[in-house]
Amino acid sequence: MRAERLLFKFADRTVMKLLVNKHPLIVRWNHWINFPVLAVMVWSGLLIYWANDIFRIGIGRFTLLSMKLPDSIYDKLHLSHGLATGMAWHFAFAWIFAVNGIIYVLYTIISWEWRHLWPDRHSFRDAIDVIRHDLGLIKTAPPQEKYNGAQRIAYSAIVVMGLGSILTGLAIYKPVQLGWLTALFFGYAGARFLHFWLTMGYVAFFIVHIAQVARAGWGNFRGMITGYEVADRPAATDGGGT
Amino acid sequence: MGANTDKDDAAQVPVDPEARVRAMSRRGFVMAGIAAAATLAGFEGLMRAREEDGLAWPLRRILQGNERVVRGVLGARRSAPLLTLDRVTLPARVNGDLGLGDDFDSASWTLTVSPALSPDDDADEFTLDQIMSLPKHEMITELHCIEGWTIVQRWAGARFSDFVARYTRYKDPRSLPAYVGMSTPDGGYYVGLDIEAAMHPQTLLCYEMNGEPLTLEHGAPLRLVIPVKYGVKNIKRIGEVTFSNARPDDYWAQQGYDWYAGL
Repeated sequence: MRAERLLFKFADRTVMKLLVNKHPLIVRWNHWINFPVLAVMVWSGLLIYWANDIFRIGIGRFTLLSMKLPDSIYDKLHLSHGLATGMAWHFAFAWIFAVNGIIYVLYTIISWEWRHLWPDRHSFRDAIDVIRHDLGLIKTAPPQEKYNGAQRIAYSAIVVMGLGSILTGLAIYKPVQLGWLTALFFGYAGARFLHFWLTMGYVAFFIVHIAQVARAGWGNFRGMITGYEVADRPAATDGGGT
Repeated sequence: MGANTDKDDAAQVPVDPEARVRAMSRRGFVMAGIAAAATLAGFEGLMRAREEDGLAWPLRRILQGNERVVRGVLGARRSAPLLTLDRVTLPARVNGDLGLGDDFDSASWTLTVSPALSPDDDADEFTLDQIMSLPKHEMITELHCIEGWTIVQRWAGARFSDFVARYTRYKDPRSLPAYVGMSTPDGGYYVGLDIEAAMHPQTLLCYEMNGEPLTLEHGAPLRLVIPVKYGVKNIKRIGEVTFSNARPDDYWAQQGYDWYAGL
């Protein structure tokens, strides 16, 4: 545990616990603001997608999974005939999504927190071990720093994806005035394709994220609300005052 | 332990971190509850807000704000990419027949423009021949439907800006009002355009598609092609053109869509 992250020292050596400031206030706000905002972006995005629902998983003529839902499902989920509504919500909440993301990235850089988040040369090997451990294939997990290799990759990837969503979104929003950006994403259809699959990526991230948070337990979840986690007192700081 | 001479003040008052974190949790979760309730209330409020042209008024304001930002930063300064013949989508998709009623006689069609050249007239009338006598421009551009699909077509026609300079009272572009409205002869479909987009060099009064005269379903005898706008602004079968400083009505903007609809 890094010394500057320790908040309290406890003289009562029978309490071998420490409070660790894990998530700064600004990051907790970023995180929880993003939750409803991203939900609105996905919902309004589906309202827009309904008007031209062309995507699928497949090669050539073979389609494994069509992303063209039956009308009955669109109707049931209230996702049909809402293009105008969808566009309006999308172009309103995109501002919050972008500003919130920019604040998060700037804070992460300025506070030097990025060092805990950006993958290093060990992260990819660690990530594989984390997955093997989580699947019960190996007994010991790699040493957990603030974030393990899998977390570093996931939390960095999601930021890069967010940037990708903003850029492909702008490419779709203004394909003439920002034509150079649209061309960068292989044209209008290409930008739409990437924008859609990035969103599917968020959905996949969300599912794994929820599962991992449930697994990590109450203390970890509470940490994202209060900022603090209770941790075992590390041996290194023990007995120093004697 | 008894020999502990720790000088830390905290040493005198043992604190249980679990108790501490519980206190912080109470505060944190009360805050989180308030924030969640406020978010839900805001969402509900937005869903139930009074509608302005088919859209909750706060969202309408934001679209108008977006328009100001976009017009300030980007405007309609750039042109759509010019594409090659092999990209043309054939046959061209036919989409939308609003304002294209069956009781229409191409032969007797004229284009009505107001205000007229002479202050004594309400409006001027122009024939297709007059429009075809203007320099002909041909371009292959992508038409972006607001639904999300696109087609590429070869269009030909006269520049709207040439038409304005030749036939209207606005010889000096600086004298132009802020907007142009266009509608079908039966008034069943109508669009509003900002003057910058209307006067864009790629904005054509189009009478030819893919080397053939325009068909009725694509807007014969004269339609608008305006690549800096969504397809909805590319009005077919133009009957009337009106210059104005008041923002013209727009069919789809009244149904909850953005009025500007710029690309």
